[in-house]
Amino acid sequence: MKAMLTRRIAGAAFAAALLASSVLTGTAHAQTPFKIGLILPMTGPSQSTGKQIDAAVKLFIKQNTDMVAGRKIEVILRDDAGVADTTRRVAQELVVKDHVNALAGFGLTPLALAVAPIATQAKIPMIVMSAATSVITEKSPFIVRSSQTAPQIASAFGAYEAKQDVKKVVTLVADYGPGIDMETWFSKMFTAGGGTIVANLRVPLANPDFAPFLQRVRDEKPDAVFVFTPSGMGAIFIKQFVEKGLDKSGIKLIATGDVTDDDQLNGMGDVTLGVVTAGPYSASHVSPANVSFVTSFKENNNNMRPNFMAVFGYDGMRVLYDAIKKTGGKAEGEALVEAMKGASWESPRGPVQIDPATREIVQDVYIRKVVKTNGELYNDEFTSVKQVRDPAKGAP
Amino acid sequence: MSSRAENIAAATKALHGVSRIRPAEIVFWLAAVAAFFFLPDQYLLLNEVMITGLFALSLDLVLGYGGIVSLGHAAFFGFGCYVAGLLTKYGVADPLLGLVIVAVMTGLLGLLTSFLVLRGSDLTRIMVTLSVGVLLSEIGNRLAWLTGGADGLQGVAPDLLLGRWEFDIFGKVAYAYTLAVTFVLFVIARRFVFSPFGWSVRAVKENALRTSAIGIPVNRRLIVVYSLAAAIAGIAGALLAQTTQFVSLDVLAFHRSADLLLILIIGGTGYLYGGLVGALLFKLVQDAIANLTPEYWEFWIGLILVSIVMIGRERIVGLPAFLLKRLRGVA
Repeated sequence: MKAMLTRRIAGAAFAAALLASSVLTGTAHAQTPFKIGLILPMTGPSQSTGKQIDAAVKLFIKQNTDMVAGRKIEVILRDDAGVADTTRRVAQELVVKDHVNALAGFGLTPLALAVAPIATQAKIPMIVMSAATSVITEKSPFIVRSSQTAPQIASAFGAYEAKQDVKKVVTLVADYGPGIDMETWFSKMFTAGGGTIVANLRVPLANPDFAPFLQRVRDEKPDAVFVFTPSGMGAIFIKQFVEKGLDKSGIKLIATGDVTDDDQLNGMGDVTLGVVTAGPYSASHVSPANVSFVTSFKENNNNMRPNFMAVFGYDGMRVLYDAIKKTGGKAEGEALVEAMKGASWESPRGPVQIDPATREIVQDVYIRKVVKTNGELYNDEFTSVKQVRDPAKGAP
Repeated sequence: MSSRAENIAAATKALHGVSRIRPAEIVFWLAAVAAFFFLPDQYLLLNEVMITGLFALSLDLVLGYGGIVSLGHAAFFGFGCYVAGLLTKYGVADPLLGLVIVAVMTGLLGLLTSFLVLRGSDLTRIMVTLSVGVLLSEIGNRLAWLTGGADGLQGVAPDLLLGRWEFDIFGKVAYAYTLAVTFVLFVIARRFVFSPFGWSVRAVKENALRTSAIGIPVNRRLIVVYSLAAAIAGIAGALLAQTTQFVSLDVLAFHRSADLLLILIIGGTGYLYGGLVGALLFKLVQDAIANLTPEYWEFWIGLILVSIVMIGRERIVGLPAFLLKRLRGVA
């Protein structure tokens, strides 16, 4: 909290400089630029998501230049503080005032859902770089997702855990779209594999207090507790998990990658050692693409470690750039979305593609364990499920 | 020696003097209408400003006239928002009919909760209003099957306004609609506060004990003003739901009530325009700074608010005169 505060104050000192630079970059260009309206929660409880994605988008543009197929790329970053009606208004303004050619960002499910009708009305691509509820892409034919879907992660993880020596599980999720998706799909695959779900607990999204729910978990005495919290709230959970003494209760903690988020993992401390999670990306993923990504990301951002949100934002820009290239710089919404369908590339997280039928990302889901390497905590990937589609949308 | 009749005549004249329409008021509303014709780029923001202004106006009735400090006014705003959203979604899609139903329902909610607010003094009232707000917010979250919970209420699609105008993506119809509704409600609120009834409410604020001693039923006055304000807040919420065609749980959040109090403090209480002016300043400054520095705008807003409190609003407005006076004083 204190670190956050000092960072904010330090940041404010730079704000004046930032202010000047944003005025300078706002000058007119000869050819019409391709404008991307990037809406992120830069303030409020989800600001870590905004910070990571913004940094990744900047890095992508730095590495790939801001010229694609003769068009200059211009990103207009706007903050919505995680408030849905602000997201909606900002999106509308970006469309009618700034005439953006694409919308991107969207930190949480409600924010993405609020904007979906705007994308349809404006007929421009909407790249979802974070929100994970399965149903989002069905709300507009212009939505393409570069992040993950909750059922994708949870189904793979449920099936995996059913094969381990875990028989009874309590699920504990944030009470909103992705949390319910996680609960449903983990439970479904875990019971299909022979396991038993003892209880499904849901924690309110705003101002989460996990203590009473953790007490319930304790009383149920399961073999493990499966947890999902929105990105950036994992640290609060782990703190309360330890305070309630659950780390010493013999109940195994298993979670989605959102909980042991790379951005916050070191701050959570050694108590997370050995925690098994499932997720699409770890900063310690072994591949040349990832090593180069992590290195440049850290170089450009004061040694901040990229988390999965950063990769989602980075890949979102890749999707857009490739589509602009493919359509020869014409910013026609339908053609851009068409060009994105079926795109495949080597992401820092591994091989990925956009499912042409659902406009969802298809990716490997990794099962990881928290380990300590060189004094730092990492999610060490030890096995994976290859090329997982969103199971909530029809037959695979 | 003046007679009793002369006294009454003088008092009536004084009251009329207070309630007469000032040129600045006409300029304010003309500017709001002019914005419709000259600022087509800003409809969305102006719409939000107007809605927030109307919402703040309703708090002004409670705080500036009734003297009740409320930290849970978003309860009525959010309730109106959800009622309007649900009405639109499940059958009553006519915007104006929706507004009427919302007004009645939030008015009733205000009436019911006013009895809680009447108990106790300022501190208790803050607590009670705060709890009502939190309570409603939690109910909204719990009734996820109805309200959509934290994911928000989707599929709010109002009918054409007056059977003719569609709510467009530019917010043109939205702003005109909000402006018209706000103006009508403002006129009603203005008539209300300058009526004998309104004066008696002000008397309650000044000194409740004395007011009751001269035979004015204190509690009944407060109940009426609280319910009326609730209805107006509900309408403001309904306008938001109808014009953004979306309702999120955030409309019931505590920060709405807190921001609203800030807005009213910036604009000033007890003269009806405080809410509108405060909302305009707050939203414009917030929007301008947030566009320039999306990461750190909260810092600047904080700084501005602190300086307003430290320096004092009157002194900022009267800064030139003040400086002149100081200079002369030194010389």
